Amino acid sequence: MIRDITIGQHFPGNSVLHRLDPRMKIVLTMAYIVLLFVAANPAGLALATVLLAGLYRVAKIPLRIIVKSLKPILPIIVFTVVLNLFFITGESQPLVELGFIKIYSEGIRYAVLMGVRIILLIAGTSLLTYTTSPIALTDAIERLLSPLSKLHLPVHELAMVMTIALRFIPTLIEETDKIMNAQKARGAQLDSGTLQQRMKAMVPILIPLFVSAFRRADELAMAMECRCYRGGEGRTRLKQLRLTTNDWLCCVVCLVLFGAIWCTNFFFTGL
Amino acid sequence: MENKVMIQAENIRFRYMPELAPAVDGVSMQIKKGEFVAVLGANGCGKSTISKHFNAILLPERGTVMVEGMDTREDAHLYDIRQKVGMVFQNPDNQIVATVVEEDVAFALENLGVPPQEIRTRIDDAMEMAGIAKHKHKAPHKLSGGQKQRVAIAGVIAMRPDCLILDEATAMLDPIGREKVMKTIRRLNKEFGITVVTITHYMEEAAQADRILVMNKGKVVLEGTPKEVFSQVDLLHSLRLDVPQATELAQQLRAAGLDMPNDCITEQECAEALAKLLKNSAN
Repeated sequence: MIRDITIGQHFPGNSVLHRLDPRMKIVLTMAYIVLLFVAANPAGLALATVLLAGLYRVAKIPLRIIVKSLKPILPIIVFTVVLNLFFITGESQPLVELGFIKIYSEGIRYAVLMGVRIILLIAGTSLLTYTTSPIALTDAIERLLSPLSKLHLPVHELAMVMTIALRFIPTLIEETDKIMNAQKARGAQLDSGTLQQRMKAMVPILIPLFVSAFRRADELAMAMECRCYRGGEGRTRLKQLRLTTNDWLCCVVCLVLFGAIWCTNFFFTGL
Repeated sequence: MENKVMIQAENIRFRYMPELAPAVDGVSMQIKKGEFVAVLGANGCGKSTISKHFNAILLPERGTVMVEGMDTREDAHLYDIRQKVGMVFQNPDNQIVATVVEEDVAFALENLGVPPQEIRTRIDDAMEMAGIAKHKHKAPHKLSGGQKQRVAIAGVIAMRPDCLILDEATAMLDPIGREKVMKTIRRLNKEFGITVVTITHYMEEAAQADRILVMNKGKVVLEGTPKEVFSQVDLLHSLRLDVPQATELAQQLRAAGLDMPNDCITEQECAEALAKLLKNSAN
C-alpha cells in the first residue's frame, strides 16, 4: 500500500503541453501566478478560469484529478474565505449583523475572489507538475537558475540533490515497508494505542531507516566518485533542452492571452 | 596484448584509521591486460580494501599502485585512472544515481564532459553490451536486482574502461540474476577484451576465472589457476573458504579411497570422472 504513493504527480501523456519545453512551462506558470494577483477583478479571474480549463482540456487531464489535488487544501480555502468574509469592512451598511459579526457586500465579493484565486493557483501549478516529469522539472530548474552559479550559488549541487532525492524516494519507501514488517514480526504495535504510543512506536522504524540512509549515501558517494563525478564544472548533458518554434509560438499565445486578461483591470476598477 | 600489465600493486599497506591494525599489509599483485582474475578470502581479509586501491578510491600508506603506468597517488592522473578502471559494488540500489536507466548510464560520460551526440552512441552501445537496452526508459526501482546490477555495469562500461572491478557484485542477487550478470561479465571479458577482477564468495564463479588470488589477514597467501588453487582443499578450509561443490565431492570420494582426480572444479568434470570410475569398476 505504502508503495503506491506517487511523487510529483506526473500524469504522462503526449499533448502539446507535455511536449512543451519545461523551462517555458515554468516561466509561463510563474507569469500565470503573477497574473492571478494583478488581474484581481471578477472578469479577469473568470477569463483566467476559462483559460486554465482550456489548457487542462488540451493536456487531456480528467477533472477528477484536479478535484483530487484540491482536496487536501480545502481547509485552507475554507479558512481564507471565512476569514475574508468576516474581517473585510465596507462603507455601506452591513448585510448581516449577528452580535459582533458583521458581513459586508465587499466582504462577500472579496472572499469569493480570494477562494477562486487560491483554487486557480493550485490548479495552475498542478498543471505544470502533471505535464512535466520530475526529472525534466529538475533539469529545467537547473538551467533556469544557471546564471546564479556565477554568483557562486550551488545550482548544480541543488539540482543533483533533487535528482538523487527523487531517485531514492521509492527505494526508501520500500525500505520503510520492510522495516515496519520486521518490527511487526518482533511484536511492535504500530496501528493501535494512543497517539503518543503510536508516535513512540515510530522510533524503532525511523532509527534503522536513518542508519541505512546514511550507509546508502556513503556508498552512493563512492560509486559516484568511481564514475568520475567532480561537481558541475565541465559537465555535459545527455538531453539538451532546445527551444523550438513551437515553444515560442505557445509562449506568444499564452502571453497574448495573459495580456488580454490583465487588460480587464481597465474596465473593472476597485476591488 | 597478453603480457601487458594492467594493474601493478607493489607492497601495499593501508590502515583505515591510524590506531587500527592495517587492513592490508605487504600485498603485491599484478593484473595483466585481458585477464579474468578472481580474488577470494574470508570476510575482513582485505580483498575489498585492495580493490579500492585500483582506481584511487583509497591511496596506499606504503607501496605503490600503478594503473597502466600511472601512479594512483598523482592527482593529475586521477580521472584517467577512474575512467580506465571501472568499479561495480555489491548493492545495485546504492550506485544508481538517475531516475531513468539511460540517464544513469550516461552519468559518467556527462561527468567526463563527452559531447551529447557521442554520449548517445556510447550509452546505446553500453546498454546493448550489458543486455539492458530494452529497459532504457524505465525507472531503476522497477527493475529486478540482476537488471539493476547490469544497469550499474552499463554505467561503468560506457566510460570504455580497460578494466572492470566487481566488488561482490553478485552477492545480493538471486541465482538467475547472478547467472545473467556473470554471463554479461564473461562476454565483456572474452569478446571485448576487458580485464576483469572479481571479488566473490561464490566458488563456482571463481572457478570460471583465468587466475585466482586467495587473501588472508591482509596478505595474498595463494595464487594460481582455479585447478591449482582448488586442489588445495585443506588449506582453503583452514582459511575458512569453501571449494566448489564438485571439488568437495571429489575430495571426499578420494578420502573414502576412490580413485578420483584432485583437479576437477566443474560439475561437468566431476560427472565425467565419476562415469569413468563407474565404467572401470564395472569391467
